[in-house]
Amino acid sequence: MSVQIWTFVFVFLTFGLYIGIAVWSRAGSTSEFYVAGGGVPPLANGMATAADWMSAASFISMAGLISFLGRDGTFYLMGWTGGYVLLALLLAPYLRKFGKFTVPDFIGDRYYSRTARLIAVFCAISVSFVYVCGQMQGAGIVFSRFLEVDITTGVIIGMAIVFFYAVLGGMKGITYTQVAQYCVLIFAFMVPAIFISILMTGIPIPQIGFGAELNEAFGGGYLLDRLDGLSSELGFAIYTEGQRSTQDVFFITAALMFGTAGLPHVIIRFFTVPNVRDARRSAGFALIFIAILYTTAPAVAAFARTNLINTVNNAEYSAMPEWFSKWETTNLISFTDKNNDGLIQYVGDPERNELEVNRDIMVLANPEIAELPNWVVALVAAGALAAALSTAAGLLLVISTSVAHDLMKRSFMPDISEKQELRSARIAIFVAVLVAGYVGINPPAYVAQVVAYAFGLAAASFFPAIVLGIFQKRMNKQGAIVGMIMGFLFTASYIVYFKTINPTIDNASGWLFGISPEGIGAFGTLINFTVASLTARFTPEPPKDVQAIVEEIRLPGEAIAH
Amino acid sequence: MSDKNAHEYWKSNIRIVLSLLTVWFFISFVCGILLVDVLDSIRFGGFKLGFWIAQQGAIFVFVALIYAYIYLMDKLDDKYNLNRDAEEAVGQTSKESEEIR
Repeated sequence: MSVQIWTFVFVFLTFGLYIGIAVWSRAGSTSEFYVAGGGVPPLANGMATAADWMSAASFISMAGLISFLGRDGTFYLMGWTGGYVLLALLLAPYLRKFGKFTVPDFIGDRYYSRTARLIAVFCAISVSFVYVCGQMQGAGIVFSRFLEVDITTGVIIGMAIVFFYAVLGGMKGITYTQVAQYCVLIFAFMVPAIFISILMTGIPIPQIGFGAELNEAFGGGYLLDRLDGLSSELGFAIYTEGQRSTQDVFFITAALMFGTAGLPHVIIRFFTVPNVRDARRSAGFALIFIAILYTTAPAVAAFARTNLINTVNNAEYSAMPEWFSKWETTNLISFTDKNNDGLIQYVGDPERNELEVNRDIMVLANPEIAELPNWVVALVAAGALAAALSTAAGLLLVISTSVAHDLMKRSFMPDISEKQELRSARIAIFVAVLVAGYVGINPPAYVAQVVAYAFGLAAASFFPAIVLGIFQKRMNKQGAIVGMIMGFLFTASYIVYFKTINPTIDNASGWLFGISPEGIGAFGTLINFTVASLTARFTPEPPKDVQAIVEEIRLPGEAIAH
Repeated sequence: MSDKNAHEYWKSNIRIVLSLLTVWFFISFVCGILLVDVLDSIRFGGFKLGFWIAQQGAIFVFVALIYAYIYLMDKLDDKYNLNRDAEEAVGQTSKESEEIR
């Protein structure tokens, strides 16, 4: 069977599965719609969190990014996993004990302030919205490349599927589809990785193959030594050495960690387990499930890079395999024969280099480059779609709960009944899907970039406000509000300044302390912590009942009855 | 639970969290970023140590840290008789009263 037929089969089967789960797990109450009734077992929640968390970017782009960044790619690997340690130790158990529906719920109640709640709603919606547009775009790209439908049709199919199970099932439907999506995406990521590791090193575990010796056919010697050798021979940066400044890598890693711990769609997953113990356990499961992909990705990056160089460099253009021309038509790879010798020169020197390779190709085309069977190639499409749709659904839920629960029920229309609230939540998801779909089809140039900055913004706004709310009883509404505003504004202005107002000085010498816009969120986090603590010292302490809530969430046990 | 117990429970909790976060900071920021070039002079198999910690080792440590946290907090909860199912608690009251005094 051809790759395309296999792809149709996999996509059709997985989509059927998601819809089946959606029908089976319809939500009947707001509690089921917002937090799956609080009855999700920790193992299932761990899988759902992993799928929620690993987006189209993790699945499609990350390994490719690393294969071009070499050691500097570390900030994605450590940043996007180390944040779970913060989440597990500093946030998840306490927020579960608090036992509410949304992140603005916590901010609003803990800081006894509608203003604080509304700021949190604004941050949650803007962070999630930026993020969801990227997912829709990712789904559209996969559809168009693997199924050869146009991007618009691709995005519409993706929207329809997400809409169906998110509107019907709310958090309950999303949770159980995410469990299925995790299984699909991890299988789709691991199978090609294992194949390619066996092919190149004879070792079936990619994490070990990463540090093993290559088979004779690939030139022998340790994989990483070989890759370093090839890189220096062709004038690329040495793979296992860093190019970026140490402080920049430090700050980017920190921004991604704090951001991970502050992303509302990840945090709300911990509201869905039965109790505090289960919240801790599900954080453990989540990180294990994420680590399976994240420890494989750097191995895939190194395998793919070596394999690509081996296949293309100084090879005859006319003798290139089928995948080369296929990906050429999508512009992911392009060749210009500058010296007209009919050979491909793939080198570090931009004057002589004849091959442009898009980073996404490292995962999408990797199975083809390694000449793996057709069904393995087709799996990648199903996996990438699972990654994009699961994250999109989690984000849409944050948007809809923020609107229906925090904006309407808790702020402006407290008298609406549960039924009306539930209907509003469904309408909000519907509108959010439409807008996200529209943006996915007509992406403004900055969306893809802004997705990366969503982390910095989440880090600088939510993370300190929540941590201080738990660990500093004295923290009051003035401190939290000023901290969130300052952190968010500082980070957003720094990014906007270097990306749109003055892009010519967007380099290490123009940056503040050599910190790039990607890493500035960590600095914004520090500003938030400092400003909040200072403000709180000079303003009245929080009311006694709020201090009692803080005492209460520090102890595990039954959720507080509100 | 009395205020004094709650206070002590929270202090132990903070101690556990801080010590685990120290390891977290050390492995990722110190070993994986600040000292990565120094550690790269040590090799095992096909890996340079600093590079390996930065791209794989730190992630394994993160997983271990969360499990250490789960284990230590479970023990702490047991010591203070928190978060237990009702029937379990009934069966163990005598043992707990001993532990807590």
